[in-house]
Amino acid sequence: MSKPIDHTWLTESHTFSRPVIREIQRAAREGIYDIRGFGAKRKLPTFDDLLLLGASMSRYPLEGYREKCDTAVTLGDRYAENPLTIDIPITIAGMSFGSLSASAKEALGRGASAVGTSTTTGDGGMTPEERRHSNLLVYQYLPSRYGMNPHDLRAADAIEIVVGQGAKPGGGGMLFGQKISQRVAKMRNLPPGIDQRSACRHPDWTGPDDLAIKIQELREITDWKVPIYAKVGASRPFYDVQLAVKAGADVVVVDGMQGGTAATQEVFIEHVGIPTLPATRLAVEALQAAGVHRKVQLIVSGGIRSGADVAKALALGADAVSIGTAALIAMGDNSPEFERQYNALGSSAGYYDDYQAGNDPAGISTQNAKLSKRLDAEVAGRRLANYLRCLTLETQTMARAAGKSDVRNLEPEDLVALTVEAAAMAKVPLAGTEWVPGVK
Amino acid sequence: MTSRPQQPKQTKQTKQTAPTEFDLRDAPVRELNRALHALTGSRLSHSACATVRVVNPGGKHNIAVGADVDADIAIDGHVGYYCAAMNQHANIVVRGNAGPGLAENMMSGKVMVQGDASQYCGATAHGGLLVIHGNAAARCGISMKGVDIVVGGDIGHMSAFMAQSGRLVVCGDAGDALGDSIYEARIYVRGKVRSHGADCVEKPMQAEHRQELTQLLQQAELGVGELNLDDFRRYGSARELYHFKTDNAGSY
Repeated sequence: MSKPIDHTWLTESHTFSRPVIREIQRAAREGIYDIRGFGAKRKLPTFDDLLLLGASMSRYPLEGYREKCDTAVTLGDRYAENPLTIDIPITIAGMSFGSLSASAKEALGRGASAVGTSTTTGDGGMTPEERRHSNLLVYQYLPSRYGMNPHDLRAADAIEIVVGQGAKPGGGGMLFGQKISQRVAKMRNLPPGIDQRSACRHPDWTGPDDLAIKIQELREITDWKVPIYAKVGASRPFYDVQLAVKAGADVVVVDGMQGGTAATQEVFIEHVGIPTLPATRLAVEALQAAGVHRKVQLIVSGGIRSGADVAKALALGADAVSIGTAALIAMGDNSPEFERQYNALGSSAGYYDDYQAGNDPAGISTQNAKLSKRLDAEVAGRRLANYLRCLTLETQTMARAAGKSDVRNLEPEDLVALTVEAAAMAKVPLAGTEWVPGVK
Repeated sequence: MTSRPQQPKQTKQTKQTAPTEFDLRDAPVRELNRALHALTGSRLSHSACATVRVVNPGGKHNIAVGADVDADIAIDGHVGYYCAAMNQHANIVVRGNAGPGLAENMMSGKVMVQGDASQYCGATAHGGLLVIHGNAAARCGISMKGVDIVVGGDIGHMSAFMAQSGRLVVCGDAGDALGDSIYEARIYVRGKVRSHGADCVEKPMQAEHRQELTQLLQQAELGVGELNLDDFRRYGSARELYHFKTDNAGSY
């Protein structure tokens, strides 16, 4: 029997840590980069690095459970005949049928509708179940145009032109063959079982000048009825948001690098784009510079988890937030209920991120009929609605504490930062000081 | 910046069966599109279908987009971006040249351009027939999903990029990287192909291919009798890149 090793005397390299060594060994063995779902897992500056200043002597708080604190937001009232009014400032982000099961899409619709907010289609088109169960449905107009048709376009309550997403600004997608069921294949006009590439650029326009004409086209086709959003992955939001506004978007969606994905290269998820915190501030500055803050609405997404996140995003100037990963978790993703099954896949509840593989034990990121059956759309929809209600109540709690009768009355003045980095990114003072790094 | 269009003034519109004329020098494009959309659901037999004439298009964008009616729409002049986009059922003729994105995402019907078409014509189109009498620029038929496209002249580079299904017939030459990453679409080229894109290969012409080529040329009214089918070659997917493998990394 070999002598036990005393690890006290072993030094682990910071540069070549055990996970780094393990990844080099995996790459050498498999010859291909790691592709996974979920979102960025590295430590990033987040809304946790900000604090809200509650009212006291100089500000009056509002009575919790009693005094009104409005949460409704109207989106896209710049040009559209029928702007969208959502009852809570939280929407469900675009996730495709294909990456998600039909029952998961249905559950998203049920949960969102129960609390009066919108859900969003994804790459792969609109399913009838999704339309039926979503009172307010935003139709994503994506580069691949999988399943894209004018009937569904006109059936939508809003259109979101996707330029990019936070998990991979500048990148396209891949839906692997194991998730291409007969139904998914038919919707996308491709043979079942083959890997499907989702393009990174739109096939019929390049640049903001073309986008202006594209937006006009979509307005013409839908008779100027529904709002048109433009969604960008957060890279250069100050410029991208202004260009989207100039092109005529009614709503701009900015997705930070913590935004989720169904299948993206690990290197892309963790190393491209900027976090939601600085992206929010830059997007608001862009709208202010263009003179359209609150006229063109801003939705931010990427790593929103709690009402605290929502309140802080709104305080920085966003009109609403969008959630994806958190919504899936609320529905049952990464639930300890499936610990044994996660273990069999070499993972564990709380760590599972192989959405690309199509064998999700929770029946969410799969097209496997047996697995999808594990997700009861009604139950999952109820869980999502509960979670959305919690987020809303938390947001209201924070807004009332700051003396606001509408969650969108929260403002940067209500915030301070815990770290120098967050203070610089959010342009709010470091707590206990008047110092805003880079400003004064 | 975009501005909300004015409410339309009804111009010379009469009964559906009578020709309706839109002079785009005076009338906004919105008025034309609104009138076309108003015809949706009133699909008539072809002999009694609506006839719409558009004059002085002046290269304007988004002319006759989102039509969903069995109508004959004739446009006398040049059109800008996205003319006939998402067309369903309508038979649209452009007596001039067309700007980028002609008939993008068309679902059905027929769109014919008597001049040349700019880039991305027929992009992502799901069905119907698109005919260009002249040349088509780069990325003709990009991501096509079931449409048939017949081009009388040449096509530019990266045409039929990621083409999923449908047929593309080119009576002239094709530019660089034809059919790059093509899926199940079929391409017929009469002239030279400057280069093939990744996974696009020449395939043998069988009787069934000659037959479908003949039909497409006939439907396009491009004078099949004057063209020798033996001059055409067929191109399609080698299906080597259908599954993402590290061994293929050099192909992309």
